[in-house]
Amino acid sequence: MKVLLIRSLFLGYLLSLTGCESVQPWERGRLAKPEMQLSEGLNSPLYHQVYDSKEASSGGSGAAGAGCGCN
Amino acid sequence: MRKTTALIMLLASALGHAAAEGDAAPLFTLPSLDDSEVYSLAPGKIIYLDFWASWCAPCRASFPEVIALQNSMGSDRFEVIAVTVDENRAAAIKFLRHYDVPYQILSDPEGVVAGQYALPGMPTSFVIDQKGSISLRHSGFKPGDMSSIRLHIQELLEAPL
Repeated sequence: MKVLLIRSLFLGYLLSLTGCESVQPWERGRLAKPEMQLSEGLNSPLYHQVYDSKEASSGGSGAAGAGCGCN
Repeated sequence: MRKTTALIMLLASALGHAAAEGDAAPLFTLPSLDDSEVYSLAPGKIIYLDFWASWCAPCRASFPEVIALQNSMGSDRFEVIAVTVDENRAAAIKFLRHYDVPYQILSDPEGVVAGQYALPGMPTSFVIDQKGSISLRHSGFKPGDMSSIRLHIQELLEAPL
């Protein structure tokens, strides 16, 4: 019993080291923020400014979606 | 072995569970979205409690139908209470400009009440009966969903107290 408890606590400690945290459905608005994008992130506006001026065109780089937690 | 089972059950209960049908609806007090008044949930009327957010696409689809529900059911024995979980109140207010909402909009930016109800997704709505019990939980929203919710509320309204 004691060994099991120690192992459980150690496993919990290891999991806490990953820094992972589950996002609740009502918190998923945060995932829709620009800074939460997987690629480019906060550099995105600068990147698009340069890209648009070089290509003389803009748009077509986004995707719909809002981090909804619905089924 | 019994101790292990008890430990697992304790851990499981600590994680919490979604408010389910048959459970007593957690009572709460929240400010309105414009911060002009405070609302406390209390048993008495049949309540359609709707959790929504401006960033949630199905919420946009559900809004006209929830408004129609309140308008058609009247407000004597039935009430819609909508709770926005938007952290940014301005976003919720901007969202509401598209609708003529005839019911209370409350604000839960910290997600405290959403946590009490342990929402499984967005949007999630609950039908709470006159005694304060959850009689229906509905997660997500797609066209046609409202007909079964409406039928359920109608049955509650017609049931003898």
